[in-house]
Amino acid sequence: MKYWTFRLFQEKISFQFSRRWLVVLLSWILVLGGVFLVSLSAGSTWIPIHEVFQQLTGQIDKHAFVVETLRLPRALLAILVGAALGVAGLILQSLVRNSLASPDIIGISSGASLGAVTFLVFGTGVVSLQFLPFAAIGGGLMAALLIYLISWNKGVTPIRLVLIGIGISAVMKAGVTFMLVMSETAITTKSYIWLTGSIYGASWGDVTSMVVWLLIPLPILVILGRSLNITELGDEVSISMGVRLQVERFIFLMCSVILAGTAAAYAGGIEFVGLMAPHIARRLAGRSFQGLSIVTALIGAFLVLLADLIARTLFLPLDIPAGVFTAAIGAPFFLYLLFQNRNR
Amino acid sequence: MEKGECITFPFFSYERRGDVMLYSVFSKTAGLVGLLGLVIVLFFGSLAFGQTTIPFSTTWEAITRYDPADTNHLIIGTSRLTRAVIALVIGMNLAIAGVFVQALTRNPLAAPDLLGINSGAIFFIVLAITWLEVSSLTQYMWFAFLGAGIAGAVVFFLGSIGRDGLTPIKVILSGVALSALFTSFTQGLLVVDEQSIQTVLFWIAGSVAGRDMEMLVSVLPFLLGALIVSLFMGRAIGIFSSGDDVAKGLGQRTGIIKVLMGVLIIILAGGSVAVVGSVGFIGLIVPHMAKGLVGNDYRWMIPYSALLGAALLLAADIVARFIIFPQEVPIGVMTAFIGGPFFIYLARKGVAAK
Repeated sequence: MKYWTFRLFQEKISFQFSRRWLVVLLSWILVLGGVFLVSLSAGSTWIPIHEVFQQLTGQIDKHAFVVETLRLPRALLAILVGAALGVAGLILQSLVRNSLASPDIIGISSGASLGAVTFLVFGTGVVSLQFLPFAAIGGGLMAALLIYLISWNKGVTPIRLVLIGIGISAVMKAGVTFMLVMSETAITTKSYIWLTGSIYGASWGDVTSMVVWLLIPLPILVILGRSLNITELGDEVSISMGVRLQVERFIFLMCSVILAGTAAAYAGGIEFVGLMAPHIARRLAGRSFQGLSIVTALIGAFLVLLADLIARTLFLPLDIPAGVFTAAIGAPFFLYLLFQNRNR
Repeated sequence: MEKGECITFPFFSYERRGDVMLYSVFSKTAGLVGLLGLVIVLFFGSLAFGQTTIPFSTTWEAITRYDPADTNHLIIGTSRLTRAVIALVIGMNLAIAGVFVQALTRNPLAAPDLLGINSGAIFFIVLAITWLEVSSLTQYMWFAFLGAGIAGAVVFFLGSIGRDGLTPIKVILSGVALSALFTSFTQGLLVVDEQSIQTVLFWIAGSVAGRDMEMLVSVLPFLLGALIVSLFMGRAIGIFSSGDDVAKGLGQRTGIIKVLMGVLIIILAGGSVAVVGSVGFIGLIVPHMAKGLVGNDYRWMIPYSALLGAALLLAADIVARFIIFPQEVPIGVMTAFIGGPFFIYLARKGVAAK
């Protein structure tokens, strides 16, 4: 059998998986697991992998601090952030049917940055840092709404969305710089490190609260995922198939914003993951949205985890923001995509 | 990108009579003189306004009979004059660079900063400061030229591959990607070298304040040279803008024109970054304003753009001193706040006109 199809709740929810997808899924789980173990063992003190394993399963307890307090939450947060960014990018790309779209290019991420930096400048010492995600998501939401409203002209066309997103992004970035120049030196440095994208100093609290945020868009994606498959066929086709196009487009945009905004809140501006992960996933695992989103999440997690691993071990004792490495791989990748699409 | 989604910009041909404000040679000349007057007024304004507002009469005295004992004269002589001169020169440069970029890429949405030229130049300057420990101003300039050249060449190459040639969307997207790459490298360098963040940040934000005259003087010969050459390029660019085939048919060697324009863009935009840091959007807005005034005739458009650019940057710089008084908004932030919405307006118009 080449495909398995699941239809649940009177076909309200349906999935289709292929055998190839299953193979891809399992191999990415293995790869991610491997990088996960390495990132627990590598760092300023190297711990042999078998001891990491024993520590995790509770057979020994001598690395409790390094593994369980320092590295485990950081690795888990990297995985969550990467998965969120990847899926955010996938939604956006399916939505605008443009393989070059991603939250960071069309300005959602810079909106989130503006929200977060505004929070850091005015809120530090006044409000608990716990509320940073609200500010970041709020900023991303504001940017997304602006982009959406401005590009609205009897509906939204993808290309207008991207161009206007670039304009909005420029304004948001100017806003961030404005905030940075206004603030004091200590906050400037802190904000700057945050902006570049770093998961330095992740704690268990971050991990659990991020999981809570990610639980919001999940059910929506499961239920509405199938209409995203139809949307890819074009506006006319999907309307005639009974998709409430503009409504669902809006809902999906919101999901993408929540995912990207949450990721930005916990890890700052990690760029290009939302662009790369869906592309790699599409190459490997076909086009069905639900299957694709799981693979995309895995690949996004892999990218961020690897970038963070490289960033904190390559220049020991320095801890370089992971965002530098994702951009170093991602920007050439983007240019390569542009090269590939040169005749379209 | 999906098939059939390329955009055309019929809106941007300022050809019809109703689109242009000034027709006759007389009115165009009068407009030019009027603009010159505006620039002079703004220049004076830039000397007079600020944390301490100085009366115009005193400002005039400071220029004609400079007296170092007078505090007001001292303020003008030591800080404001430099600042006004820099805004004047850089405004012209950025605007003309914008005209060239738009003509070269045949793209009304293009501007030096949108093509990644600014971030390329900044990355190379920051690299020179943090790693190579370069500290001489002349050397910054060469690094800025190098960065601007590399970024511009890559974007131009990536934008022009493929069957359709240079399409606006391809040029813009590759510019955005390259900017992101250079920006994140710059951030990486700065995070490693934390001390330099505060000093370099104001530069990244773009500022005409707190620069030494020395900085401008070392770059000035190049900038002025490029400026003068540009003023004589009008006819050639006019022919070039009617399309490669037509230009060749008229006997123009388009290859040479392209290279010349490229070199001028690198000098004008890269040199500007070396002096004031990243000031965006002047090169996007001004050519459109000039086109609205005098139409597609590049012989008029280039001088008009130069004066409009100077006026815009001087005005933005004056306003930047008062928004969060007594602090100042970096000029790059100001221009982005004006230019971002303008870009959106152009994008909306252009796509709607499809």
